Amino acid sequence: MMTKVLYFAWMREKTGIGEEQIELPEGVETIADLIAWQKQRGPEFAAAFERDDVIRAAIDQEHVAHDAPVRGAREIAFFPPVTGG
Amino acid sequence: MIRVQREDFDIGAEIDKVRAGRTDIGAIVAFTGTVRETKGERVAAMTLEHYPGMTERELERIEAEARERWPITECTIIHRYGRLEPGDNIVLVVTASAHRQAAFEAAEFLMDYLKTSAPFWKSEETPDGPRWVEARETDDAAARRWAGE
Repeated sequence: MMTKVLYFAWMREKTGIGEEQIELPEGVETIADLIAWQKQRGPEFAAAFERDDVIRAAIDQEHVAHDAPVRGAREIAFFPPVTGG
Repeated sequence: MIRVQREDFDIGAEIDKVRAGRTDIGAIVAFTGTVRETKGERVAAMTLEHYPGMTERELERIEAEARERWPITECTIIHRYGRLEPGDNIVLVVTASAHRQAAFEAAEFLMDYLKTSAPFWKSEETPDGPRWVEARETDDAAARRWAGE
């Protein structure tokens, strides 16, 4: 099953993409696992995910913690802390 | 009522909509956030990016939570995105209730949660180039105090 992955703000600029479709790799069960996998995809992803303590995630458009399970997610988004308002 | 839009909004018109045809409202609170220049720097403009779909869901969730906590008769949240210049409107929250305390508190709650959970990001145009606005710990602290009640 393919999962849509979205990047916003400086994460979008660092990865160079706004969205992509990926097959979740074997062994990737949580957001934290997915971040660890993203870091080794290439220098642009290593840069985007470097500050993993501040990175926020959403699964199917709801905020989740880094220990949230990713299996079955249709859409996963990564972004910096929000600054609207 | 939730709106996420590029266009400006008319504060007076939005307040009129909230009170139209009602006689049970004793208090209306309207908060408007606007673009300002910071720390003496020349910020020519800012661009607000958002997460279409999630933004609307998150604003609806925040509104529903406010309605559970306070007896609000009407509620409006409008948030703009795109390029905005100093002096431009960014966000409008209007709350109406029979009494002022509920209207004040609900408006403050909505803004505190909006600033920490609605997926918007600001990028400022400075003389040194674009710069993403960092989230502020004071905004997180403001949102947390509601959770402690």
